[in-house]
Amino acid sequence: MNPVATPFFFYLLAAIAILSALGVVAARNPVHSALSLVFTLLSIAGFYLMLYAPFVAGVQIILYIGGIMVLFLFVIMLVNIERAEQEHRFNSQRHVAVIAALVVAAMFIYSYTHANSMAIFPQRGHLVFHPEQAAAMETNNTQAIGSMLYGQYMLPFEIASLLLLVAIVGAVVMSKKRI
Amino acid sequence: MISRFIDYVAGYLKSGVTPGEAGNALWALIYIVLIFTGVSIAVIAMNWLERKILAHMQVRLGPMRVGPHGLLQPIADALKLLIKEDIVPDRADKLVFWLAPVAIVITSFLVFVVIPFGPQHAVTDMNIGLLFMLGISSMSVFGIIMAGWASGSSYPLMGALRSSAQMVSYEIAMGLAVVSAVLMTSLGSSASGTLSMIGIVQSQQEQGVWFIFKFFPFGLVAFFIFAVAMVAETNRAPFDLAEAESELVAGFHTEYSGFRWSLFFLAEYAAMIAVSSIAVTLWLGGWMRPFASFHGPEVRIPLFWNHAGTAADPSGAIDLAFAIFPAALFFLLGAIAALGTLRMPKHRIFRVQTIGLGLFALTLGGIGLLLLAPPVRDRIQDIFWFCFKVSAFMYLYIWYRGTFPRYRFDQLMKLGWKFMIPTAIGVLVGTAAWGLTAVYFHG
Amino acid sequence: MTEQTDSLSHLDLNSSDKTFLATNELILNMGPQHPSTHGVLRVILKLDGEKVLGTECVIGYLHRGVEKIAEHRTYTMFNPYVDRMDYVAAISNGLGYCETVEKLLNMEAPSRAQYIRVILAELNRMASHMLWLGTHALDIGAITPLFYTFRDREEILKIFEKYCGARLTTHAFRIGGCLYETYDGFEEDVIKFCNFVDPKIGEYETLLTTNRIWVQRTRGVGYLSPEDCINLGVTGPVLRASGVKWDLRKAQPYSGYEKFEFDIPVGVNGDTYDRYLVRIEEMRQSIRIVRQAVGGLPTGPVMGKVPKVLKPPPGEIYHSIESPKGELGFFIVSDGSTQPYRIRVRPPSFVNLQALDTMVRGALVADVVAVIGTIDIVLGEVDR
Repeated sequence: MNPVATPFFFYLLAAIAILSALGVVAARNPVHSALSLVFTLLSIAGFYLMLYAPFVAGVQIILYIGGIMVLFLFVIMLVNIERAEQEHRFNSQRHVAVIAALVVAAMFIYSYTHANSMAIFPQRGHLVFHPEQAAAMETNNTQAIGSMLYGQYMLPFEIASLLLLVAIVGAVVMSKKRI
Repeated sequence: MISRFIDYVAGYLKSGVTPGEAGNALWALIYIVLIFTGVSIAVIAMNWLERKILAHMQVRLGPMRVGPHGLLQPIADALKLLIKEDIVPDRADKLVFWLAPVAIVITSFLVFVVIPFGPQHAVTDMNIGLLFMLGISSMSVFGIIMAGWASGSSYPLMGALRSSAQMVSYEIAMGLAVVSAVLMTSLGSSASGTLSMIGIVQSQQEQGVWFIFKFFPFGLVAFFIFAVAMVAETNRAPFDLAEAESELVAGFHTEYSGFRWSLFFLAEYAAMIAVSSIAVTLWLGGWMRPFASFHGPEVRIPLFWNHAGTAADPSGAIDLAFAIFPAALFFLLGAIAALGTLRMPKHRIFRVQTIGLGLFALTLGGIGLLLLAPPVRDRIQDIFWFCFKVSAFMYLYIWYRGTFPRYRFDQLMKLGWKFMIPTAIGVLVGTAAWGLTAVYFHG
Repeated sequence: MTEQTDSLSHLDLNSSDKTFLATNELILNMGPQHPSTHGVLRVILKLDGEKVLGTECVIGYLHRGVEKIAEHRTYTMFNPYVDRMDYVAAISNGLGYCETVEKLLNMEAPSRAQYIRVILAELNRMASHMLWLGTHALDIGAITPLFYTFRDREEILKIFEKYCGARLTTHAFRIGGCLYETYDGFEEDVIKFCNFVDPKIGEYETLLTTNRIWVQRTRGVGYLSPEDCINLGVTGPVLRASGVKWDLRKAQPYSGYEKFEFDIPVGVNGDTYDRYLVRIEEMRQSIRIVRQAVGGLPTGPVMGKVPKVLKPPPGEIYHSIESPKGELGFFIVSDGSTQPYRIRVRPPSFVNLQALDTMVRGALVADVVAVIGTIDIVLGEVDR
């Protein structure tokens, strides 16, 4: 399958991602912030698709959007909105945020100007993936991830699931008055 | 120019792949438009059918006034909804209130992108088809939450919280049931697992068994879990707590009216069709006709039934019987409508109605004749059987609504978490164990 | 219609983060305009999440001062007013009132009138139970029984209409007997109806009795112990479902009920499911009574000898009958004039409604709807 109008979709998704990310921090209403975050996550899922990683895109949608963001919205709605609105927004984390933004910007600028000398980045103007490589990845992506997770990375995968189980038990214990 | 176009169309039709796979944006667009109109018409038809069938279950007539036997009632309703005043409550969050119906319609229609109506009749065949479907249906919660919150009223908020809690919990059971179907694709003699919707049906075709009957009773139980979870997922009776009139007025769309409300209606029915399509694809053999592996003795009728008799182009008597079934069904419906026309009161007040019903009967008969023509008949088979199975599910939905009282919220959660999820996990483990044993002993 | 309790609205913004997610009691206002409070009942619910901590009924939205009106009407003129109390069982109201005044006048209706009264009252009991079943099932989410029961109730109302011209507020009886003789074919109509409705009750049962969801929604819901019932003064099917065999038709027979053979269905568990079963069985018993009454319908006058102007001797009287909802009593004080000095009605719905709080405490919000349905109240009678 040949991708259609790749640059157009890339810039479209990039614009949505940036604008909605700005919305996340700028919106006064926490529900609007959360909904903006959904759009950011959606466009990131789109990027995964463009990078021939459909499985990651699907998981991104199911977990982050269908799971985590729904819970976010639940909590925000149940909390008294008026009170939350009056809370000071860009509070103590402001300085940390500025520093983090500067560091990320520096990284981007550096890698953009020095890309040609770095081995991990493709040459500018070249394809990231060769067509046949991409086709193989697209048809076998899910299967490949499956055999990786249950083969080579069995132990880390199981440890991660154990961690999640502990988190679930912890959440139940904390929230329930009596079990 | 025209011949080139015809060649182009014919070339596509013969290629036997989905437009997405062929990278053909034009055909993809045509399919999208076709599916969108088809689903919308199906929703309108469902509206009429639900009211009629429910009415007949409840010893009443249902709509009778607008058109013969109320046939034009859905159109009248749609018109009424379109010209109603658009009310936005004062305390509503305008932007989100506007966005919610749009979001819910988009999500419920997006699922149709991967639904295979036939081996080549899908917008696209994704490698992650099932995952895509699960992801999109999990996103439909957003429309509900947004609508409930943005209304700025307590009943919608409570309804939204209820329905989203319900959908999130039943999604788990649904996902686990789906995984066991996926597992079945990889446990055949020559099969390799796939998440692609077309691949799943093809796998059933190759293994010669619908997954509902595979590894009996595991396939059946998994199907049962999915069938229950999909009713809960679409917030229909007996899981319609979020819209429980006796408790919460109308749930998350209490404050909506007119066109926006009709979007919710459209989305609800489109979602019902979508989940039923998924159930059909995963367990009921998708576009395959019943008894697809039986062909019967060879039959040849010149100009009407003249197939090669190969596996791809079978020519058995059973094939013939199933091939003319669609036409026969439409003839039957046409005959029922014609009987109704004859039984209309012979009074001049009813003249227009009688003519209308007669025309309806003729249309049904005409469709039947069209379906009898060999080129159409052979091309329509897969789509017909798919739609036929989906409509059986639609009937079930109506039947449930006529029969069951409503669950209480804690009972619903108990059923979901303490019965459905453990059973689904059990079925998953059982399917895996059975499949592995089979692979181990038979190679 | 939710509003938060004082404890939350006074929550000041500077309080520690612990209260930020603290759960609070919620006051939910159910009614007076709510689809499943069966009229204009207003229930204030105190909730902890979905759990009911307590209820308070606010009544009086349909108060018309029926008892006060009686003081300015003659005994005969007041008769139609009682129909408007429990308007789904108007005939029982009329029966209760007429019997009480007759008792005050120290007379009795002729036996043919008594039989007609029993037939109509039992048909009315069935109609009332059918309406109850349909609406109760609808509250719990089953929509189909409503149409079934209304189809059959229609047949009863047709008989009423043929008998006295009215369907709902019939004013069928007069003090001293019945005004109307039965119409031609009355007996056949009633027997035909009995034959018609007998299998239909089985139809309701097929839809509900063994329906898993119905059983889950009703069994163990709204439990009322026999002691609670007696302490709260609960009567009728609600009392009998708790296992107390108390039916005024047997306990203090009136209008010739002692001549008929019927059973009093009694429940065991005192929950919503048992109340459902008791009422279903009561419908069957009503058919039995109606069959016997039609079979033994005596000949003779339908109206006793009653003076043109009713002037009961001074005194007071209490008489009660078994209405479909429970003990319906009339207490009349006469000062010897043409108008009653005071009338007090003991409405079963009003008294039974007291049990709501006991029944729903600790249950969920959805159960409140089921319990209001199972008490079988008519707001016209509660508020009078």
